[in-house]
Amino acid sequence: MKVSIVDYGAGNLPSVERALAVLGAATERASEARQISNAQVLVLPGVGHFSAFVAGLRARKLEAVIRDAHARAVPILGICLGLQAFFVSSHEAPNEAGLGFLDGDVRSLPERVKSPHLGWNQVRTVKIGRLLRGVAADAHFYFAHSFAAPVNEYTAAACDHGFPFAAVIEFKNLFGVQFHPEKSGATGSRVLRNFLDATR
Amino acid sequence: MTLARRIIPCLDVDAGRVVKGIEFKGLRDMGDPAELAARYNREGADEIVMLDISASVEGRSTFLETVRRVAEQTNIPLTAGGGIRTLREAHDVFLAGADKITINTAAVRRPELISELAGQFGSQAVVLSMDVKRISDSWEVFVRGGRESAGLQALAWAHGGVARGAGEILLTAIDRDGTLSGFDCEMTATIASAVSVPVIASGGAKTFADFYEVFSKGAADAALAASIFHIATESISELKSYLHERGVPVRLDLYARE
Repeated sequence: MKVSIVDYGAGNLPSVERALAVLGAATERASEARQISNAQVLVLPGVGHFSAFVAGLRARKLEAVIRDAHARAVPILGICLGLQAFFVSSHEAPNEAGLGFLDGDVRSLPERVKSPHLGWNQVRTVKIGRLLRGVAADAHFYFAHSFAAPVNEYTAAACDHGFPFAAVIEFKNLFGVQFHPEKSGATGSRVLRNFLDATR
Repeated sequence: MTLARRIIPCLDVDAGRVVKGIEFKGLRDMGDPAELAARYNREGADEIVMLDISASVEGRSTFLETVRRVAEQTNIPLTAGGGIRTLREAHDVFLAGADKITINTAAVRRPELISELAGQFGSQAVVLSMDVKRISDSWEVFVRGGRESAGLQALAWAHGGVARGAGEILLTAIDRDGTLSGFDCEMTATIASAVSVPVIASGGAKTFADFYEVFSKGAADAALAASIFHIATESISELKSYLHERGVPVRLDLYARE
């Protein structure tokens, strides 16, 4: 089984590739629609601005095939901005539409806390899922973001920085992490392994 | 649920080797960057910062290769900088595997560089590095490796950098750097409590108590040091245990439960 990592022209692909390769997963960079049409497992990494992300997908004509993959129930892991893209919209780019797989919109962290939320933080389990299996309750994950999705029915684990937000999302074939598992040491590696296990 | 205070070892890199000036006795070879980074990763470092101190044209490709080697050996965030002046140069550093870049002199010369980088790569990827020296009652920003005054007050420049999109500030007290005389907690607290982004304190770390002070009195979000980690017999994990025992929130979980 091969993991297709969506390459929309930004994002930190090498570290995601490396983190998956360490776990024995075969990966490909998917920058063309036909690769995603054939994908068995998708990873949607993301750093930077929501509008650049949406524009990058659009320029490569990847939005429709990612929607098709979701309709086929292909397991999809969204990382950071990739998680945010699951939602209908983001306040970071109010005129752009997200992929719209999940209801809700992504909001800015409030001004009273330091932003970006940058560094290692802990999470609280909201419902038992698969991604955090075997991860210690007090484990830390590396976050680097200024926007976040409020906690809702899709949230498996929450973090708190200004408001409680979705740190882990699990809903049918959709998996999302607001933190960077590829940069979260051994804990992050375990989360990626759990995702791979969940796709089997 | 607490955002941990970060411990960040710094690699000053020249010609593919880690070097460090210690007590003004010139540069000493401290080892291979990838080997040191792998060791710090294992010992519980929360992030690695690597700075190109050669800042020469031929040094640049060597530095990018070093960034690649360090990125391959680590699975924690990697920040790299030194001499970055353009979006293209920043892009190369990200492509080599850095998660964040630092800018310093070039940002003082042309502050729009900060907004251009933040627009392209996101604020979370842009660290404004400020070298600051205490001149009588004020804190002045210096550029070109501390050799030249920028004619800017530290607090004003910090605000200006954040307003343009810097997502983090690396604040170095250059009169402390390499002296092992402790962080400048007063300066760190002044900047860290005034800006809306995280502040990494740097310069002067010698003892575990110095780190405790910069987190408690200095209000730092992270603390960076080089010499103490390169030459110390004590490890980052021991430092973090020390901080934990004194109530500073740190990340101790080095291994997931298998």
